[in-house]
Amino acid sequence: MALSRIASSSSPSNLLKPVSLVLSLRRRSVCTSTTTEQPLTIETSVPFTAHNCDAPPRAVDTSAEELASFFRDMALMRRMEIAADSLYKAKLIRGFCHLYDGQEAVAVGMEAAVTRRDCVITAYRDHCTFLARGGTLKEVFAELMGRVDGCSKGKGGSMHFYRKEGGFFGGHGIVGAQVPLGCGLAFAQKYCKDENVTFALYGDGAANQGQLFEALNISALWDLPAILVCENNHYGMGTAEWRAAKNPAYYKRGDYAPGLKVDGMDVLAVKQACKFAKEFALKNGPIILEMDTYRYHGHSMSDPGSTYRTRDEISGVRQERDPIERVRKLLLNHEIATEKELKDIEKEVRKEVDEAIAKAKESQMPKSSDLFTNVYVKGFGVEAFGADRKEVRATLP
Amino acid sequence: MATLFQAPTAFSASNKFHFLSLSERKRQMFVVRSDARMNHLPTTGVHSSLTQRLLTNAVATKADSPTSSKTGHELLLFEALREGLEEEMERDPRVCVMGEDVGHYGGSYKVTKGLAPKFGDLRVLDTPIAENAFTGMGIGAAMTGLRPIVEGMNMGFLLLAFNQISNNCGMLHYTSGGQFKIPIVIRGPGGVGRQLGAEHSQRLESYFQSIPGIQMVACSTPYNAKGLMKAAIRSENPVILFEHVLLYNLKERIPDEEYVLSLEEAEMVRPGEHVTILTYSRMRYHVMQAAKTLVNKGYDPEVIDIRSLKPFDLYTIGNSVKKTHRVLIVEECMRTGGIGASLTAAITENFNDYLDAPIICLSSQDVPTPYAGTLEEWTVVQPAQIVTAVEQLCQ
Repeated sequence: MALSRIASSSSPSNLLKPVSLVLSLRRRSVCTSTTTEQPLTIETSVPFTAHNCDAPPRAVDTSAEELASFFRDMALMRRMEIAADSLYKAKLIRGFCHLYDGQEAVAVGMEAAVTRRDCVITAYRDHCTFLARGGTLKEVFAELMGRVDGCSKGKGGSMHFYRKEGGFFGGHGIVGAQVPLGCGLAFAQKYCKDENVTFALYGDGAANQGQLFEALNISALWDLPAILVCENNHYGMGTAEWRAAKNPAYYKRGDYAPGLKVDGMDVLAVKQACKFAKEFALKNGPIILEMDTYRYHGHSMSDPGSTYRTRDEISGVRQERDPIERVRKLLLNHEIATEKELKDIEKEVRKEVDEAIAKAKESQMPKSSDLFTNVYVKGFGVEAFGADRKEVRATLP
Repeated sequence: MATLFQAPTAFSASNKFHFLSLSERKRQMFVVRSDARMNHLPTTGVHSSLTQRLLTNAVATKADSPTSSKTGHELLLFEALREGLEEEMERDPRVCVMGEDVGHYGGSYKVTKGLAPKFGDLRVLDTPIAENAFTGMGIGAAMTGLRPIVEGMNMGFLLLAFNQISNNCGMLHYTSGGQFKIPIVIRGPGGVGRQLGAEHSQRLESYFQSIPGIQMVACSTPYNAKGLMKAAIRSENPVILFEHVLLYNLKERIPDEEYVLSLEEAEMVRPGEHVTILTYSRMRYHVMQAAKTLVNKGYDPEVIDIRSLKPFDLYTIGNSVKKTHRVLIVEECMRTGGIGASLTAAITENFNDYLDAPIICLSSQDVPTPYAGTLEEWTVVQPAQIVTAVEQLCQ
């Protein structure tokens, strides 16, 4: 697996060695080079804005390895989404394809603050979140191209990525429907006395869904460890937030539930906020995090993304707030890596993505009998026999 | 306990009949299947020692009462549901109930009465009036392995949760490539009651029937209510259990021993030779009433309570059709797009050669259920119409 666990190599000089050394998305226990656990404290770009709670401090504890892993992971995600864009235009990916480039900091920062036993659930812009939770590039591309080696065996598609071992619960197409599911996950965690939390992500478009407030009400009543994360990229498909929400301060919309506004393009701020939220939710019940982020692509591949916003705006954000650029500057300023090393990582990442695509293309399409698998769990004898129970109409697992 | 059931007599030769003897209570349990196959129950930590031979379709008529008149205990249908629920909650700590007024109030139809003081607030959960949210939460909890039972105070309210039931409940197992199971039970009373008005007299089985990935069952007697409740809770698939508002106070004697029914099997209520009458839920009683008249008139109807609304038990139904060659479907759904419509199509597709006459399907009228008592009576199928239909079929 490309982004699997731990790298074991120990290269003294070069912090970031090409193929053999993999900086995983399970940060911290990375390689032991001479620049070992070089702890750093970096301030977030802007202070947090809080509602009904005390904001966490701006100073974030991190380390050189962690920053390097952030860079690599985000570069990988960025590259993956761009590659998906080309694949879509080449008609290898069909249907809906919602790309996450620009928002990588949210996925990576959140992952840095939690464990795999915490649950994450999101909507349809899920490719990078899936990757963050331990998915592989091959699974992503195979699923996007509808092959059997995809994470959902080709039967889910872009909007239905799931990873049970990684605590990633999807991948949902209907706007807002994942929030009650997420609160249900939190309920199960409380029921089993797990001491874990659930992050239920939704967008600024879904923030106006009634079921969100219903679920928040129940979560607050029952003290569930649910963290509702609004990934506010300011546009609900083609509708700007000020046209959709009377009150676009989504972190305040929880009313009785505390909220925190976070710069979603700053991976360290995201990490800090998620860490804070986890401790908070375990003690006090639900909290809302609003991640102020931005997507470079349109809502989906069928949306150019420029009819409702100007190209200047997009390029402006790309220049000033791009999450990868921010980390690159940090790495360079703190002399953790050189320009060349970072460029090498990007090249390596590109190669990884290309290889994964090639492998995914080799994967098979599902067989026709796969049409009927996994409709039901084989439990109390649910079998699709013909009427006389003699001939089997469908092969079930 | 020696014998529990008397074997039904008029059945095709391919079925075998066995008597089942059970030893202890909570250890033994069995699943009754029409072809005497044993079923392994997908549970953890439970004995499923099924060394005894199984009994095929038990007949639940008054004449052939399953137990001798002294064994078993008498109770009402809602108490039978509660018994099943309680037994499953005791057996498996992952089972929990959520719904409006199920906890402290005891349930609007008393199905969950007494469970909240016994199991606590975390297992019997009072929710606010937010069907979309708490159904979604039940499904989310089920994704992690809990086994929630979501109660809709009236099935009609679950229309607000249709998205969750259709997309997340029914389809998640498929779209996740088999990674997540949703062992949820969604239950509640529906059907036409006594002048409850249009919005509280809905028959949701016709709306839910196309959702792939769910199973639907309808209970009609205390015996099958308890058995189906237990089977639904133990099933790894999402099951929607349809109860009926007017059937909660039915009284019957049910066995003391633990029993679980099969979710996909129909029940032979009254074997016969002339015509097959397929029905479910409350209409079963209208049919049985009509059957009395029909018997007096010299007809011998075979009455089958289909119980499993999705998937249909085409095996039992097919055997019956092959015997009688005439089918009458009596249902409470509306004419358009109801269970009867699907069943008619299924039988025509599979058993057309065996039919001597076109299938007659008696359903409710395609109108919102009116309030006035007389109008409401005319909306639903009445026994007299059933008698007429049988006479017409048997000409």
